[in-house]
Amino acid sequence: MASVLRFRKLCYVESAVKCTSVGYESFEIDEKLDEKEEDVLSANHFALEINKKRKQPKRQPKEWRCLDSCCWIIGYLCTTWWLLLFCYHCLPVTLLRVPELPGPGVRLKREGLTALHPVVLVPGIVTGGLELWEGRPCADGLFRKRLWGGGSFTQIFKRPLCLLEHLSLHYETGLDPQGIRVRAVPGLVGADYFAPGYFVWAVLIENLAKIGYEGKNLHMAAYDWRLSFQNTEIRDHALTRLKSKIELMYISNGYKKVVAVPHSMGVIYFLHFLKWVETPPPMGGGGGPGWCAKHIKAVMNIGPAFLGVPKAVSNLFSAEGKDVSYIRAMAPGVFDSEILGLQTFERVMRMARTWDSIVSLLPKGGEVIWGNMDRSPEEGHVCDFSKKSHSKTSLTTNNINNSDVKRGFLVKDLANYGRIISFGKPASVLHSSKLPTADSKEFSRTSTSENFNNFSCGEAWTEYDEMSRQSIQNVAADKAYTTTTLLDLLRFVAPKMMRRAEAHFSHGIAENLDDPKYNHYKYWSNPLETKLSDAPDMEIYCMYGVGIPTERSYVYKLSPNSRCKSIPYQIDNSVHGEDGSCLKGGVYFADGDESVPVLSAGFMCAKGWRGRTRFNPSGIATYIREYRHKPPTSLMEGRGIESGSHVDIMGNFALIEDIMRVAAGATGDEIGGDQIHSDIIKMSERINLGL
Amino acid sequence: MSSLRRRKPINESSDSKHNEEEEDEDHDDVDADGDDDVNGKNKKTPSKIKKKRGEKPPKQPKWSCMDTCCWFIGCICITWWLLLFLYNAMPASFPQYVTEAITGPLPDPPGVKLKKEGLEAKHPVVFVPGIVTGGLELWEGRECAEGLFRKRLWGGTFGEVYKRPLCWVEHMSLDNETGLDPCGIRVRPVSGLVAADYFAPGYFVWAVLIANLARIGYEDKTMYMAAYDWRLSFQNTEVRDQTLSRIKSNIELLVATNGGRKVVVIPHSMGVLYFLHFMKWVEAPAPMGGGGGPDWCSKHIKAVVNIGGPFLGVPKAIAGLFSAEAKDIAVARALAPGFLDNDIFQFQTLQHVMRMSRTWDSTMSMIPRGGNTIWGGLDWSPEEGNSCAKKGEKKNETQIADQAGSENAVCKAKSANYGRIISFGKDVAEAPSSDIERIDFRGAIKGHSAANTTCRDVWTEYHDMGFAGIKAVAEYKTYTADSLVDLLHFVAPKMMARGTAHFSYGVADNLDDPQYKHYKYWSNPLETRLPNAPDMEIYSLYGVGLPTERAYVYKLSPHAECSIPFKIDTSADDEDTCLRDGVYSVDGDETVPVLSAGFMCAKGWRGKTRFNPSGIRTYIREYNHLPPANLLEGRGTLSGAHVDIMGNFALIEDVIRIAAGASGEELGGDQVYSKIFNWSEKINLRLDEEIPVHSSR
Repeated sequence: MASVLRFRKLCYVESAVKCTSVGYESFEIDEKLDEKEEDVLSANHFALEINKKRKQPKRQPKEWRCLDSCCWIIGYLCTTWWLLLFCYHCLPVTLLRVPELPGPGVRLKREGLTALHPVVLVPGIVTGGLELWEGRPCADGLFRKRLWGGGSFTQIFKRPLCLLEHLSLHYETGLDPQGIRVRAVPGLVGADYFAPGYFVWAVLIENLAKIGYEGKNLHMAAYDWRLSFQNTEIRDHALTRLKSKIELMYISNGYKKVVAVPHSMGVIYFLHFLKWVETPPPMGGGGGPGWCAKHIKAVMNIGPAFLGVPKAVSNLFSAEGKDVSYIRAMAPGVFDSEILGLQTFERVMRMARTWDSIVSLLPKGGEVIWGNMDRSPEEGHVCDFSKKSHSKTSLTTNNINNSDVKRGFLVKDLANYGRIISFGKPASVLHSSKLPTADSKEFSRTSTSENFNNFSCGEAWTEYDEMSRQSIQNVAADKAYTTTTLLDLLRFVAPKMMRRAEAHFSHGIAENLDDPKYNHYKYWSNPLETKLSDAPDMEIYCMYGVGIPTERSYVYKLSPNSRCKSIPYQIDNSVHGEDGSCLKGGVYFADGDESVPVLSAGFMCAKGWRGRTRFNPSGIATYIREYRHKPPTSLMEGRGIESGSHVDIMGNFALIEDIMRVAAGATGDEIGGDQIHSDIIKMSERINLGL
Repeated sequence: MSSLRRRKPINESSDSKHNEEEEDEDHDDVDADGDDDVNGKNKKTPSKIKKKRGEKPPKQPKWSCMDTCCWFIGCICITWWLLLFLYNAMPASFPQYVTEAITGPLPDPPGVKLKKEGLEAKHPVVFVPGIVTGGLELWEGRECAEGLFRKRLWGGTFGEVYKRPLCWVEHMSLDNETGLDPCGIRVRPVSGLVAADYFAPGYFVWAVLIANLARIGYEDKTMYMAAYDWRLSFQNTEVRDQTLSRIKSNIELLVATNGGRKVVVIPHSMGVLYFLHFMKWVEAPAPMGGGGGPDWCSKHIKAVVNIGGPFLGVPKAIAGLFSAEAKDIAVARALAPGFLDNDIFQFQTLQHVMRMSRTWDSTMSMIPRGGNTIWGGLDWSPEEGNSCAKKGEKKNETQIADQAGSENAVCKAKSANYGRIISFGKDVAEAPSSDIERIDFRGAIKGHSAANTTCRDVWTEYHDMGFAGIKAVAEYKTYTADSLVDLLHFVAPKMMARGTAHFSYGVADNLDDPQYKHYKYWSNPLETRLPNAPDMEIYSLYGVGLPTERAYVYKLSPHAECSIPFKIDTSADDEDTCLRDGVYSVDGDETVPVLSAGFMCAKGWRGKTRFNPSGIRTYIREYNHLPPANLLEGRGTLSGAHVDIMGNFALIEDVIRIAAGASGEELGGDQVYSKIFNWSEKINLRLDEEIPVHSSR
């Protein structure tokens, strides 16, 4: 009997410790214990006493089972947690504060700077919040709640399909689908934080506030970043509102001109605005030719994507490279898994392809700017991935190595950046003459009717489903694409999207800017097809980070699973270059801020607009301010005060100081003129563009 | 052996287990064989040692108190998480489903109903929030407010009030002399619709209206929240923040971007006065005004839909300024005086609140205007004969039903003298005027009391009055609306000096007098003319059927040291004369008496009067208060209370119809439940243009 007792006890002990069933081992022990038990029983009655005592607690039904232990542990943890929380709240507020570095705001205030020029912030793509105003039944209870940005993205995880449906636009018109109204969140809250704790504009706002900025002289020009620029005016009157706000701030702040601070895509949005506002009414804002000269002191472009970003290509082509760095959080690895059968990739792609604005980020200027099959302005750029994590430290080492490696840069793996998409590594390396010369212009969509997948392909519809197997192969057979042929490629693989979007954007270079066709709004956001307005006193700044490898061109392959409803192409992650090559994971990298290559960000300020050119007839002064990326030195610093990456640069103290000085009245020369770390000047010289 | 019995925490290190096992061996010599076996086993599979050791000692669990607690908490936590998980996994429409299952199908919200009728967004809408309901956020502060940058100090959760109350009071106060920011502190209104959609989480102000408007197609480009710093005097919002200019620019923008359709303005509470001020400001020439030209209003405004507008002030404001007791609007009621009054914390909360609110110029805009002409003299008042139907019931419960019955049984025996807004002692409030001996306080000398220096840092102007001054105030016995202003001048000269520079409380004799061009008259409907906009419409929407503070019975505070020397005599009760807890109440929306909300639309502006020379049409829409039928309804869809009326479906429907283009006639014209027309009749206010030459009018 006692042995049984023991056995049960044993079971308990085992389960309490390991929560496993009683297995073979315990049985073994049991046998031994049995022997022991016999000894005990025969030997003395002391043991009996023990047994009696042991029976006592047995009678109470309290046995430590697995569940109890769990409860106990959780209870224990919770209590400790609460205690700590309580202590935390009891502490005086000042004690808790992490000793923060005093921002530039405090220092500049001590220097005596005060708010002078009103400031307009223009957020970029993705960073602005979107909220729901009208939706389908599945979005019940989300009225005026954020669907995008700001709060947590919990809703995305709760009802992902519903969210995707609401964030998508109409595929034909690029406007709202029937019965859905999603609008930009107005005001500073629209883009101060992208997610809790992930600042975008908040640091800049806080520092500006230190020298006296507040609601009346600080304005966030929130707009719906999914729409094409002209459509924000048509649907929301966003441009008219911005104009009115600038005029109001100009007047109510004692006729002080406005300093505009656009970021990322906001840069070309603001470029569009500058043209729009001076154009006569039906198409433009009717501000008259002197409007910019009268109202705007300076345009301080942060991380400007003037000439587009290669990332947008991969995004539209295969939804892979994410258009700005932090969507990276939605790691493709997770979504790729077919476990849930959600076809996340395809859905995301379909959504992104309804957003006209992404098309605005396609590389502009064609081969002249981005290079052709055999040459590119960045030629000879040296990368160093010796430290694996590419977003960190590569630059400091790059610095040192620069001189040595540069001498011997003509090694085998020279990157042909001009081939923005190549199929297979050889195609990216070989000399152009050795490549098969399939004529990319003659893509013929082998009649859609023969597409056998057509019917089996559920509702996750992308335009790829309309392509036949044959044409998919044809695309890949073409081996390599430059920026010019790339547009043809996109027109081929996604004809509807490109038709829709190309009514709003153009990606060429103007031969003759006086051609009346350039009065159309689709050219306004392309700096190579518009003239800057006549505002000789205005200043244009290009402020961007350098020193981070930035996607520049891609090596693609055909997707292995050719099932329907999947994207037929994907980046060939297996392709790596040798040491010193810029090829890694199927992507060629160039210098930049992780999203925008230096070329796109700096060229206009370095050459295109420098002095009096045909793009800048009034000779608006331009300044380049580069900020070398330094990763945060410690965890306490968060995302770093010297970061140069696309979004984190908004917390870069040097950049904030520059902005504040200009807002407080300084000119470009007073803050030190150009500040260049990269090869932008050299690169620009290689570009052969008539000015 | 006791060590055997001790239950050991599982996460304890294995070292201590070793120790204990060694102890075991000491005691349990009989187990030696077994131990040997185990040791033998150790050699075989060292990886299992720990496990074995854990199993081996035959320990019996014993529950210490601590363990039980932990276990218990763990259980609760797990249950809680499970519930939370279920709650989050629950479809969003579930609560509504449950509600409908219990109460039967809810009526469609007006937005849905009207959308089915085919209404669409037409006129852009401008909201003007009232006092207290707008959010304020910090832009620059003292050290104690570190980390609160752009966080809400007012509105939202009010978390900071409890965490650092003194700091909060300091930041919410304005400068005592200028009525503007104190040095080094910048608190600014929150902008956008979020400024006043919810006052606190779950406590809607504009949110319901916004949601319903959105149903018929309104969105950000057609709605605008004219948020302003409600602590400042109206003109100072322009001086400091250019708020009026911004409103002007935004209205112009709304009209321009919506195809020239005029805006419908919806001011609430004090916003009504603010917008009155705006309409005068915008047409006044540039240095003082907005320079919009004389027809700006007629070009840009279709209708002004005033909700619960205290056109002629509210008596509550008096009590608030005089003794910080009645709170100026219902929402602040959360800071119940009973709670704050207790001196346990030695915070002198009431005095702090008083000092803070006395720095807010805007509270002075709500002092009753029009003096005795409107509010009644010692022996008469327009509301005379008002019967109080509540028979000792709680205030906001079901008196409507029996009101109809008792209305004809007007008590003639005793009628409240509402004209005496403040009386010292109940007997004074009731006595005929001839029996009251009054000693004029105006010339009284204010002695300096000894308490002056000992009263810590809390400073209200009462400390400058001394006992003599306080006594003089009480000696005057009773105050009508006219003498009230003098009284406030006497007890708080600095505050009133600031206030009278921005507000005026009289009735104009001759509106052509050039003095009325000054901005301090713009928010007083009795001293300004409405703009020349014959197509405009003015609505007055307000709740009725709730007892509303109208006059007070005061007494001297027992402890006159370092505290506010007067307090409402809560012991004064009289069933017959609507006296309850020292407060005479009349019909109204719990904050604004009907007289103040309705008089201008019922009489002062009706037809072409001297206050309304262009004959702007006015409509009165009253909403009878019905308390929520059950708890699930929240604050009710039929409420008539000052703030809750913003969720009243009938009101929302009216507003939406107006916004969608309906005129006042199409709504059904006036909708009156109270005796506002009777009362207006009793008010003897000249409405004709006074100049005898123009006697033709």
